[in-house]
Amino acid sequence: MSTTLSISIHELHALLDALVDQGYQPLGPRIERGAIVYDTITSADDLPVGYQDEQAGGHYRLVQADPASPESKSLFRYVVGPHSWKRFLFPPRQQLWQAHWTEAGFTLEPEVQDPARYAFFGVRACELAAIAIQDRVFVRGDFADSGYRSRREPALVVAVNCTRPAGNCFCASMQTGPRVQAGFDLCLTELLDDNGHRFLVEVGSERGRTLMRPVSRTPATPQELEHGREALEEAACNMGRQMPPDAAGILRRNQEHPRWLEVADRCLSCANCTMVCPTCFCSTVEDFTTLDGSEAGRRRQWDSCFTLDFSYVYGGPVRRATAARYRQWISHKLAHWHDQFGTSGCTGCGRCITWCPVGIDITEEVAAIRYSEGAAWVGGGV
Amino acid sequence: MATIEGLDRMLAGHPFFEDMSERARGLIAGCAANRVFHRGEHLLREGDPADVFYLLRHGSVAIELHAPGRSALVLETLRDGEVIGWSWLVPPYRTQFDARAIGLVRALSINGKCLRDKCAEDSSLGYEFLSRFARLLAERLTATRLQLLDLYGHPSDYAARPAERPLEAPTSPAKPGPSGP
Amino acid sequence: MPSVPHTLPWGHAIVDPMTPARYRVESIRSELTGVFTLGLSPLDEPCGIGFAPGQFNMLYQFGVGEVPISVSGDPDRPEQLLHTIRAVGSVTNALQRLSPGGMLGVRGPFGTSWPTTPAEGADLVILAGGIGLAPLRPLIYRVLANRSRYGAVCIFYGARTPDDILYRNELEQWRGRFDMTVEVTVDRAGPDWMGRVGVVTKLLSAKGFSPPDTIACLCGPEIMMRYAVQALHEQGVGERQIYVSLERNMKCAVGLCGHCQFGASFVCKDGPVFRFDAIAERFNIREI
Repeated sequence: MSTTLSISIHELHALLDALVDQGYQPLGPRIERGAIVYDTITSADDLPVGYQDEQAGGHYRLVQADPASPESKSLFRYVVGPHSWKRFLFPPRQQLWQAHWTEAGFTLEPEVQDPARYAFFGVRACELAAIAIQDRVFVRGDFADSGYRSRREPALVVAVNCTRPAGNCFCASMQTGPRVQAGFDLCLTELLDDNGHRFLVEVGSERGRTLMRPVSRTPATPQELEHGREALEEAACNMGRQMPPDAAGILRRNQEHPRWLEVADRCLSCANCTMVCPTCFCSTVEDFTTLDGSEAGRRRQWDSCFTLDFSYVYGGPVRRATAARYRQWISHKLAHWHDQFGTSGCTGCGRCITWCPVGIDITEEVAAIRYSEGAAWVGGGV
Repeated sequence: MATIEGLDRMLAGHPFFEDMSERARGLIAGCAANRVFHRGEHLLREGDPADVFYLLRHGSVAIELHAPGRSALVLETLRDGEVIGWSWLVPPYRTQFDARAIGLVRALSINGKCLRDKCAEDSSLGYEFLSRFARLLAERLTATRLQLLDLYGHPSDYAARPAERPLEAPTSPAKPGPSGP
Repeated sequence: MPSVPHTLPWGHAIVDPMTPARYRVESIRSELTGVFTLGLSPLDEPCGIGFAPGQFNMLYQFGVGEVPISVSGDPDRPEQLLHTIRAVGSVTNALQRLSPGGMLGVRGPFGTSWPTTPAEGADLVILAGGIGLAPLRPLIYRVLANRSRYGAVCIFYGARTPDDILYRNELEQWRGRFDMTVEVTVDRAGPDWMGRVGVVTKLLSAKGFSPPDTIACLCGPEIMMRYAVQALHEQGVGERQIYVSLERNMKCAVGLCGHCQFGASFVCKDGPVFRFDAIAERFNIREI
């Protein structure tokens, strides 16, 4: 679109101030209880400095870089934490409508949407892919969710290229990263070494261009561009894991594979994976009334296919066994999603691996089935 | 026994008997007699020696069980073209259920005892009869199992367990609501 | 996915498919013990929602909750919206306590419908078990209103006992016609019952239809449908000729909450009516 720019850390602060001045509600990375979360930021001073993350199966630690090293000044050497941007676009709990008891029956009012203008600051490539996936679910489907649309359209996206993947990342094999390709207003790449601390800025939209006007910048030099390119290439080569090709086919062909019983021995059906997954969209509705019965309403809230109630029909749940529920989650994510929405449901962010208390690895499960395709049930049935 | 007009043709065209050997069909025809039953009469009675089976030509027959203090429980109704009675071929050769004519019934009664003795002498004949009746038993067993499952259910069956949660997928109330307008 | 998309655009009365429209109870009729039919008319809009046979609405009882119920009335008379309901839980029991003049919320209609158009020119077998006759009744009404477009028409119905035969009067009336076959059977009966006792699948061998030219529509407990499909196959009716109506946990009814997924299909949106070849493989996988 236009030339890549280069700004200093000082100018990055000015960029964030510009966001606030232009009426956006900036949301970005902060540290809370030892993890990177997304929350309101008022200026660049709120950003975590000098942190990097260690992620493995069921393991997450934030570590501070050696104060003597250049990394101690970094702003983006961690990747993703338990939060994803879906908590803002698709809130965990939302009132749908309210009803009032009357003589003649009742009246109903839908909830009025009054969304803030969010600016998402620090969106990674896998997260952009996840937002695009949820767009297809909520906006381009047969029934569009007007609430999602009202939050999504005005949202500004300042993306960040990952230069250091974490142990559970596999965006490269899912073709969603580490390089940010599209869907952003601005995209930053942090350049940090003994020579200095700068940020490459790619402008991805008119809104992004407008935002950069009050920020002083220079076009990026060839060395800076090279530095950025190298960092990204290195990131792509150092992925912690990878998803085997044709995961969809492997899962479709093996719905009755004995591996489901094996993973069920480990899976606690705690639903952590669905809560941290940036694309999981299952929800439930809860009807409630006041004690005197005069008011009623309905709320929508996040739900998980791992709960026993999820597939309830009368008589009991359809998916009683943990094996059936795990199979449902992974098959939906990696196979059925293609039939429903035209893409995979997984972006390779690795959160489900990090936050699983027993460290179940979605890539390992697919690989295990791939290497023993066609194996039959022992004794039949889940 | 007197031969019955058109009996050979009828057996040859009947799905149950049609690919039996001519010899087997001949034996059946030789042991068959036309019978008429009026409404309420029994073709078979539970506990009797099972020496006869029937090919139902016209009418409906109820397979049922009786018990003191209650009216008979009908398990299945059989209609035109169906075979009634398999106990003649399976030890202890005692009829297991009542077979009652629901309306006017015309049936071919076939001497099972005589056929049974012939089967004991000639195992290939025995195989012919047993394989057909095995299929019949399998069909009746499957049907019975499905009936046993009480698939359609009844509301009182569900209401009788107060400790359980209501049986439909809850959009569950957080607090009790009004009982209705 | 090769499901049959006969969805009408959801009612113009509903701007937002997540918000119920208010309806008034015009009539409540007891059909059997624990089974009743509500007759509804719209409050907020003058005319009724059109629906296609096989579709369902989400019925909301103030403060209690919502349930998915198939529409069971005449699709060509949408001003009278009928729902036959079995009282089994908190919401359906609350709906049973409504009386004429009462109010409830309705969202819909949702879902795919019976193949009224693809079945034109074919013989039609309608096989129902228990309360499964209710979602098929709109199909029967539509077919009878356009009788000359179809070949042989057969209704095969199974109920628990003679006291549990749904829409008995109508079944007897239909049976009295000269242009259709109606056979009813029960799972068990006392000696006063002069009709059939036995599984509903047995009725399929009663002939009355030509298998290669037949479209079969099935609705009832899933086990019944499994065996019925088998029996139809044995008669020579293929997977592309059979339609089944499935049931799963429905909350939003618009394919967004994820609860009703059956493999890759959302039963609320890609179903509840499925052509059997589209789901044949999944149908036999346990707990899918």
